[in-house]
Amino acid sequence: MRRKHWVGAAAACIALGGLAALAVAYRAPLPAIARPDAASFDRARVARGAVLAAIGDCAVCHTADRGAAYAGGRPLPTPFGTLYTTNITPDIATGIGTWSLDAFTRALREGVARDGHHLYPALPYEHYTHVTDGDVEALYAFLMTRPAVSAPPQPNHMIFPLGFRPLLAGWKLLFLHRGALPPRTDRDAQWNRGAYLVEGLGHCGGCHTPRNPLGGEETGRAYAGGVAEGWVAPPLDGSSPAPIPWTADGLYRYLRTGMDGEHGAAAGPMGPVTHDLSAIPEDEVRAIAVYVASLRMDGRPGPGPGPVDHADAAAQAHPAGAALFAGACGGCHEAGAPMLTGGRPGLGLASGLQLEEPANVVRAILEGLRPPVGAAGPFMPPFANSLTDGQVAEVAAYLRARYSDRPAWTNLTRESATARKEGQQP
Amino acid sequence: MTITLTVNGVDHAVDAPPDTPLLYVLRDDLALNGAKYGCGLGQCGACTVHVDGKPVFSCVTPVAAVAGRRVRTVEGLGTVDTPGILQQAFIAEQAAQCGYCISGMIMRAQALLDGVRRPTDAQIRAHMQPNLCRCGTHGRILKAVRRAADMMGGTVPQAVRS
Amino acid sequence: MSMSPLDHAKAPSRRAFLGGGGALVVAFSLAPRALAQLAGGGEGGAGPAVIAPDLKGSLKNHPWLDAWIRVDGDGRVTVFTGKVELGQGIRTALIQVAAEELDLPPGAITLVTADTRRTPDEGLTAGSHSMQDSGTAILNAAANVRMLLTNAAAALWRVPAGGLATTGDGHVRGPDGRLAAYGDLAAGLSLHVAAVPDAPLRNPADYRTLGKPLPRVDIPAKLTGGAAYLHDMRLPGMLHARVVRGPAEGTRLVEPDIQAVEAMPGVVKVVRRGAFLAVVAERQWTAIQALRHLQRAAHARVTAPLPAGAATGAPLSGDAVEAVLNTLTPRDIAIEDTRTPTGPAVHTVQARYTRPWISHGSIGPSCALARFQDGEMTIWTHSQGTFDVARVVTELLGLPAEKVHAIHAEGAGCYGQNGADDVAADAAVIAFAVPGRPIRLQWMREQEFGWEPLGPGMVTRLAASLDADNRIVAWRHEVWSNPHNNRPVGAGGVLAGAEVDPPFAAPEGKPIPMPEGDGSRNSNPLYTFANTHVLYHFLKDMPVRVSALRSLGAHLNVFSIESMLDELAAAAGIDPLALRLAHMEDPRARDVMQAMAAGFDWAGRPRGDGRRGCGMAFARYKNLGAYCAVALEVEIDRETGRAWVRRAFAAVDCGQPANPDGVRNQIEGGLIQSLSWTGHEAMAFSPERRAAFDWSGYPILRFQDVPGTIDVRVVDRPGLPFLGTAEAAQGPTAAALANAIADATGVRLRDMPLAPDRLKAALGPV
Repeated sequence: MRRKHWVGAAAACIALGGLAALAVAYRAPLPAIARPDAASFDRARVARGAVLAAIGDCAVCHTADRGAAYAGGRPLPTPFGTLYTTNITPDIATGIGTWSLDAFTRALREGVARDGHHLYPALPYEHYTHVTDGDVEALYAFLMTRPAVSAPPQPNHMIFPLGFRPLLAGWKLLFLHRGALPPRTDRDAQWNRGAYLVEGLGHCGGCHTPRNPLGGEETGRAYAGGVAEGWVAPPLDGSSPAPIPWTADGLYRYLRTGMDGEHGAAAGPMGPVTHDLSAIPEDEVRAIAVYVASLRMDGRPGPGPGPVDHADAAAQAHPAGAALFAGACGGCHEAGAPMLTGGRPGLGLASGLQLEEPANVVRAILEGLRPPVGAAGPFMPPFANSLTDGQVAEVAAYLRARYSDRPAWTNLTRESATARKEGQQP
Repeated sequence: MTITLTVNGVDHAVDAPPDTPLLYVLRDDLALNGAKYGCGLGQCGACTVHVDGKPVFSCVTPVAAVAGRRVRTVEGLGTVDTPGILQQAFIAEQAAQCGYCISGMIMRAQALLDGVRRPTDAQIRAHMQPNLCRCGTHGRILKAVRRAADMMGGTVPQAVRS
Repeated sequence: MSMSPLDHAKAPSRRAFLGGGGALVVAFSLAPRALAQLAGGGEGGAGPAVIAPDLKGSLKNHPWLDAWIRVDGDGRVTVFTGKVELGQGIRTALIQVAAEELDLPPGAITLVTADTRRTPDEGLTAGSHSMQDSGTAILNAAANVRMLLTNAAAALWRVPAGGLATTGDGHVRGPDGRLAAYGDLAAGLSLHVAAVPDAPLRNPADYRTLGKPLPRVDIPAKLTGGAAYLHDMRLPGMLHARVVRGPAEGTRLVEPDIQAVEAMPGVVKVVRRGAFLAVVAERQWTAIQALRHLQRAAHARVTAPLPAGAATGAPLSGDAVEAVLNTLTPRDIAIEDTRTPTGPAVHTVQARYTRPWISHGSIGPSCALARFQDGEMTIWTHSQGTFDVARVVTELLGLPAEKVHAIHAEGAGCYGQNGADDVAADAAVIAFAVPGRPIRLQWMREQEFGWEPLGPGMVTRLAASLDADNRIVAWRHEVWSNPHNNRPVGAGGVLAGAEVDPPFAAPEGKPIPMPEGDGSRNSNPLYTFANTHVLYHFLKDMPVRVSALRSLGAHLNVFSIESMLDELAAAAGIDPLALRLAHMEDPRARDVMQAMAAGFDWAGRPRGDGRRGCGMAFARYKNLGAYCAVALEVEIDRETGRAWVRRAFAAVDCGQPANPDGVRNQIEGGLIQSLSWTGHEAMAFSPERRAAFDWSGYPILRFQDVPGTIDVRVVDRPGLPFLGTAEAAQGPTAAALANAIADATGVRLRDMPLAPDRLKAALGPV
């Protein structure tokens, strides 16, 4: 779930200056193999791989909108150009049909394709490098037994010179730390399982950890909050602004169903993550929840402030926002609305309204949120067409005043315009 | 509170609380029947109208938000006697059963055809996704949108059933 | 004094209509109402008595021609029907029927639909009965009127009637070319005469209107913002109301803040009558905000807990549906029991099939208008039972029957008993409290999901055997179901009836007897099987509020029979269509299956290969209505479990099609709706309430899941009796989907919904 962080990284590579990096950039191609017969893979291993692929969110990036699963082609738009995800079905000509397990393992752990070219760190190999041999093998077995789909890679449109892939070798020197993570003996098996999944395949830090100017994760501030596709990925550590602190149970409900009654619904890039986690074994999701909950306790734990609702004061300060809220939002979010009497959380519990940045609130208003096609789940209509940037700003300002005790947001109209522009990209 | 809005090219001064959803202003103050109450939650599209050329759910669009903006409803596309192109296409395909969703369908489709002259079938389906039909008229609706696109695109339309 | 229905009929209430332009005075007759009789619509409800058994359709109940047809002096003709437009196109079809047999252009006819003071009571508009009941009545009444007009001309000209002909434009032509206009002829004619059974019908070969794809008369207004719906009515002085209830059936609000709402500007009145609560306001938005304010109150459950799924709020599994029904005490009703000596069985298959509770899911929440003025209540309703609405309100408010007038106006599609009957009663209670002001009441979306009667959850268990010659030598079908027939005929049948003080008792659930059946509908196979045992375990106690949903039990029964036939065919390695044809003697059923096979190219279909496959199914609705065969080709996305229908083909025989395009529209719509029910839908419950309150909690099929192509072949049967069409596709489509998925993947899904997550889980990752 990271599409953009590495762009800054790539730019940083240019600054590093290339020759030294180029010296280490060369990677040899690995031999092409005949595509293994799907029947040659152990069925239990394939089944295991299916679960791991869901935890790794492989299909989320490697499937185009309504396209064939794992056939790639999903555009990842960035200010530095657009890149398209690749076909990871076992098609011989356009997918990974000729990749050996060794080639697959090198791609996953080192970010190098079978033919030796460096892969952009949109593929989070600095996390996948922690995945065990057995799990890599299971993922390989799963992907190699998918139907082969002919889907030629679409050319990326990167600004010069970011199309020059050897530059990526320099980035890897700085940020790719290969090898397994040692287990913590002072923690139980469930916690260690969660740590393995979260730090490895789940690559949660890819979004939830801030990045340094070179685009690498700031390991000293792990899970202090990051960005994903313009959305703020809220802190998971002690700096979490949630009015009611997250617990392992709450995280489990959230990750499993996309919604927790004490917090809210998964929005933006988090939506597909929770959908993937809805259908895998419960134990894995519980382990993830236990580990993530411990991140907060390892930091600065403390009771949350609880929800606030300054309805009258907010309406006085932002009368236009209050009227817009009543007509546009109140049908779901005001007391007495069926959504609230149906047991869903009020806005006073939403983390997005407590963040330093208004990014998530503005984007939720503009884009709404929707469950996967045909599935049940939290829904919110998009308001991009009905509200102007100024009106979005009015609503956001009103919400901030009504549901938080934190400082007012600034430049809301500009934030809405920016978010609107990003939302209209391919 | 008096709010001025432009509906189908005509200015109206409406005396309504500013939070009133546009849907109720259109139906109750301006006596326009096209936009329908379906869910009040922006989930079904029965209330779809255009604001500044874009499709919106009028049930969750406060009238204050459209003050001074251009609102277009299905009444603005044509009349029983002189139906617009999409309306002609829907009649030609007999694309209605109970018809409660159809005004919203037409406004949703109009927004597509305003921007894309020759949409693919996949584009039409994806674009129509926000609107629900319960009678199962979807197949005819898709054909009607295709027919309208052909009519607008200069392709010789089949004779519209009289 | 006791009077037979016929005595009543001999002394009909008469209402004179003075035609314009000095035309004849045509009297108008209504037959007496007969309560507590299963009649029109075949789905319960009160209905009129049969007083002329030798006549056809609803003429049996209303034999007088002037109950059906009025001819004005200017030649304009008004036709009256007790059936109503539900979006099924009945208005157009009935105009075509009348136009054909009166030999008039359809534009010369005005059709008046159900109105307790103007039209015959034909019971419910339900059960695909409208063409059979009303279409047949109007066909024969029109033929009678044409005969009378022709005879009048013959008398006028003193020539034998046999030499006269009608011209198609409202005239009778003499042998010498003389013309007489219908209006002039009618001036000297009384239509207050009983129909005769043998009035000559027009020759189908000469049809000018019937059987032609006449564009529907109601569509243009619906596309252009015309006043097409009850929802669009605006009466002078009209107020807006919202009824206030807990979030779902069986709940009540605890001490809602009525005082605060009474003080809200724009609120005209808060209506309370026992536990019935409603707000009335000048503006609709005010009424909604007042409702929301009252709904801030806590709610409590006042009836038994609902049957929650294993995971609270998740759709019920097949096991869970069966567990719920197993807690209820059945009354066993034998449907069919035959014994024939046969050879030994070589393949036996046993299976259980289930359907969860399903919502009608009308796009427009139910609405009604009511006005109480000068002691008289007028209700505009989109209920399927206009006359029942009047009966319910009469009892609910204790008004004299003649002071209650119900008029049908069109609503959004209802597909059975949704909230329409309840909201009509609600509106009447409110209007009664605000005399002189018309009240417009529309339910909110969550009220429709939370309070309307659902289509009942059901279970079947089937066991069937093939012998060595692939003959079916044993067939056992058991079905467990609540009543599907809980149409209100009195105050106890509507929500308000349970809320007023003192409350009206809800009537006990009753089955609809065969041959129509309810939960048992279509449980008796049309095929010829040896040793057929069909048993209906009728469950009268209803843990969830339920009533009629399009096709009633036929949805699951046909799903079960037609799934089982494919399971048997798979066990024996024979073609599913061949197995069906080998056991079908009804030639029209065979024709429909063969028309499907030809249109779909069943013989050349792609065979199941893990990702693509085909399935078919057949049923004759109720074994009395239209014949319908459906074939589907599906494409499976094994990663997501999504089964997308690439291609659908249906063949249908509904007798003489009044409007073939209308028939196609109904079959296409039924097919898509059944794909949605069967593939996606289930109401989930927590013990306290129904879990879904909006479309995000109750997803239905959207455009991306609409079949790639849908083709319908209407088998032409000139002059044969009308057979109801509107529900014919529901069962066959459901089974064809399961059969196609099984053909594509080898996985047999028996528990609805055949949803992507269930198919994905069944397929496994390999």
